[in-house]
Amino acid sequence: MSFINKPKVRHPDLPQNQLGLTRRDYEGAMSTLCAGCGHDSVTSSITQAIWELNLRPEQLAKLSGIGCSSKTTAYFASGAHGFNSVHGRMPSIAAGANAANKDLHYIGVSGDGDSLSIGFGQFAHAIRRNVNMLYICENNGVYGLTKGQFSASADIGTRSKKGEENRQAPVDPCLAALSLGGSFIARSFSGDREQLVPLIKAGLMHKGFAMIDVISPCVTFNDHVGSTKSYEFTREHYHEAVHTDYIPARTEITASYGAGEVLPVQMHDGSQLRLRKLDKDYDPNHRGKAFEYLRTRLRQGEHVTGLIFLSPGHDPDMHEMLHTTDVPLNQVPYEQLHPGAAGLASILKRYA
Amino acid sequence: MAQPPATQDRVNDFVIKLANVNGTGSASANTMLMKSIFRMGVPVMGKNYFPSNIQGLPTWYEIRVTKDAYVARSGRVDLMVAMNAETYQKDVREVSPGGFLIYDSTWPRAAVLARDDITILGAPLAKICNENFVGVRNRILMKNVVYLGLLAALLEIDVEVIRQLLTESYSKKPALVEANMKAVQLGYDYAKQHLPCPLPLRVQRMDKTRGSVMIDGNTAAGLGAVYAGATVGPWYPITPSTSLMDAFKSFCSKLRVDPETGASRYAVIQAEDELAAIGMVLGANWNGARAFTATSGPGISLMSEFIGLAYYAEVPAVIVDVQRVGPSTGMPTRTQQCDILMCAYASHGDTKHVLLFPSNPEECFYMMVQAFDLAERLQTPVFVMSDLDIGMNDWMCPELKWDDAYRPDRGKVLTKEEIEALPKFHRYLDKDDDGIPARTLPGVSPKGAYFTRGSGHNQYGGYTEDSAEYQVVMERLLRKFKRARTLVPAPVIEATGTSDIGLVAIGSSRGAVTEARDILAKRGIPIDYMRIKAFPFTKEVEAFMASHTKIFVVEQNRDAQLKSLLTLETDVPKSKLYSILHYGGLPMTSKEIVEAVAAELGDERRAQVAAAT
Ligand SMILES: Cc1ncc(C[n+]2csc(CCOP(=O)(O)OP(=O)(O)O)c2C)c(N)n1
Ligand code: SF4
Ligand SMILES: [Mg+2]
Repeated sequence: MSFINKPKVRHPDLPQNQLGLTRRDYEGAMSTLCAGCGHDSVTSSITQAIWELNLRPEQLAKLSGIGCSSKTTAYFASGAHGFNSVHGRMPSIAAGANAANKDLHYIGVSGDGDSLSIGFGQFAHAIRRNVNMLYICENNGVYGLTKGQFSASADIGTRSKKGEENRQAPVDPCLAALSLGGSFIARSFSGDREQLVPLIKAGLMHKGFAMIDVISPCVTFNDHVGSTKSYEFTREHYHEAVHTDYIPARTEITASYGAGEVLPVQMHDGSQLRLRKLDKDYDPNHRGKAFEYLRTRLRQGEHVTGLIFLSPGHDPDMHEMLHTTDVPLNQVPYEQLHPGAAGLASILKRYA
Repeated sequence: MAQPPATQDRVNDFVIKLANVNGTGSASANTMLMKSIFRMGVPVMGKNYFPSNIQGLPTWYEIRVTKDAYVARSGRVDLMVAMNAETYQKDVREVSPGGFLIYDSTWPRAAVLARDDITILGAPLAKICNENFVGVRNRILMKNVVYLGLLAALLEIDVEVIRQLLTESYSKKPALVEANMKAVQLGYDYAKQHLPCPLPLRVQRMDKTRGSVMIDGNTAAGLGAVYAGATVGPWYPITPSTSLMDAFKSFCSKLRVDPETGASRYAVIQAEDELAAIGMVLGANWNGARAFTATSGPGISLMSEFIGLAYYAEVPAVIVDVQRVGPSTGMPTRTQQCDILMCAYASHGDTKHVLLFPSNPEECFYMMVQAFDLAERLQTPVFVMSDLDIGMNDWMCPELKWDDAYRPDRGKVLTKEEIEALPKFHRYLDKDDDGIPARTLPGVSPKGAYFTRGSGHNQYGGYTEDSAEYQVVMERLLRKFKRARTLVPAPVIEATGTSDIGLVAIGSSRGAVTEARDILAKRGIPIDYMRIKAFPFTKEVEAFMASHTKIFVVEQNRDAQLKSLLTLETDVPKSKLYSILHYGGLPMTSKEIVEAVAAELGDERRAQVAAAT
């Protein structure tokens, strides 16, 4: 059996969040992924982020497709409903779920195969639709679950474990999201919790589609020399352009930054993002420049990370575009949905 | 040339066929012609045979004036309005002996096309329009209205009824009413002066349409979804289902707007494809909204993977399949019942689904509501198997009624209190021994949380690869499907009490079957009729099959899909079943059923039938 429930042991001295819940309360089932798999580190960052955000687990809905990465949703927040759907189609499940209840927080976890080949269409259209959700792509350059075939994110010149060379141009999820109008686009590395945790928090609180492409090495099929998504290569070619701090609402801001270094961004729920530019030429509010910067660095074989782009304007999300009521659609009383027998009679006059 | 003898008087019992060019505005004139007859209290049937094209290809509209209220095609054409030069030759040939043909005599037609067993009447329609209207487009449009006026005079249709209809449809543009009435009058006057008015084919006021409406199935289904309380409608455009979601959206835009904020109490989402449409339907239903999609065969093919997930993970969904001619793209604007087997067993692995078979727009309305109740009660996808004929043609049917006492059956959805009172929640445990487990919705309680998955799971909702655990769930799903047999609508059986011959049909074949039975009965061949309304087949279906020795299965596809399903899912021996198949894409006629039954029953009865038809 590859599904193991973790024993719940209460430790009285574990730190608690504002709801009195410990980090343990945000964990899920025991992971069945390979030891050292990048995806498990992402799980741990997600767990940390939602614990720190003081979200009640049931306020969260976890959605995924199929792949090792898509199993992630089983491994955190067992108090939240999860939906492990079909390969590449998580975005549509998320859009439908969100249409039904705009008040929950939606977190989708996918892989590079799930998002960029079989599910490329749904990925693109969820961005265009601006579904209010956090979308994490655990990117390892291969199909882990089907044993190491190249995925669409494999770079040109990458060698597979068997020695085959990839010669097709890669799909970069951040460039794709930039060109599709994404309003929150980030990249990170499973091994950099410092960077990833605040990004997850910011992405969850962002109103609209927030995408984080997380380089998440596959130790079993893509961690060798010749791979551009191995731990070693990622660490060596890692370039953090912007660092994000997430400041919850009603927090006194204590950290001090030098003037001009920090870009404060107010979030709709009252929290604040403080973007620290590590590369002073970088402008995370400029789509065109971000695109150019990313492309140039990619050509140089560098993984640019951080909050690459945050739309400076207000981009209406799916519900705003549909102009739906504040009451979630799954809670509108039935009486308000139809005009009854009398209404029917008057509707039918046209047809008599 | 001597005029052939006119047909005998055929008051309120004849067929008009109008041959037009697509995109010339003929559809609205033709609908108005039908509606004016309906308003005179005379039952009518209307069928639109249109091409998969926006402009330029031939299109036909068939109106049957039927005092006996037969809603199927009869197979005759008594009056042809031949407005399309391209199809003229074919149209002339199609007129039944003794019938009439009207053509635009602005340009002469080759005499060689004349037939001496029909009456050919010319009227210079284009010339009339050129002399009386300005603008090319306007002249083209008005030509249709002029022939409407012409027909009013020839058939004795009340011009005042036409005026009333025009006033209703142009309520916001009174100038258009006058322009159209001018065209009607021009046609009317021309006919009165130059043509033998009235024809032996005539419309005479009756009182047989009171309490009826003329509505198409897609509109009725869209309205049904409103009354069912559906709030999420993801879809991808495809003929002939598009007008269903359009209707839902249009009703919602009037009925579902918050009076204070102007905000919408519905979400119609145009998806990127059918895969996404069904994914959104599942996401929304999983999250406690009533969501549905409308599509046609190609869409169902794409949705298959998700349909299997919905079956196995037990997520409610309502899918309307407005069937069209397959395989592949097939003939998108022609009708068939060709997705029966695909929908019954959609998706890989062992799956079976609930199907409802509406036979007309009235049932589309009620079955949409029923479909949601069944989908939520059974936590499974439910298909409403409409077709192009039902969906896109206006049908005369009894006025739709609503019972204000109705409340949606949301099935076993646990409340927060119920969840919290449980020692532990297990998603797939059959606690009530009816095959149906209880579900919980996201956002309600952390104790109700579970992991929805299409991968192997045990009755507690946990992942499994254990044979026994997997089979426990699969067996229970089978029990749930058996339970569905007791919840779906029973068939409608019309028994003579004396016949051991049965006839089984579904959906839009109803009209043709009803008329065929009457014809056969008059000639001493009584046949019992079972109209199946749902799959899985109920015990009444089984009993009917058992109690008849010879059973005709009438359906609109090549491969006898309904017959196959009956042999697979009931105990009926195959040798008892005789297929009557019609799959050319036009709605069935009563005549072909009568002839097929006669052929099968042998020479003696064939002679009886020949005398009848
Ligand atoms: C329709 C369909 N085709 C193929 C598969 C087989 N399959 C499962 S996971 C997978 C690739 C997963 O790759 P990725 O999304 O990158 O996830 P990873 O395992 O690398 O984390 C494939 C091809 C499937 N589940 N469904
Ligand atoms: S195969 Fe690769 S991606 Fe899958 S669990 Fe193992 S290391 Fe992770
Ligand atoms: Mg991968």
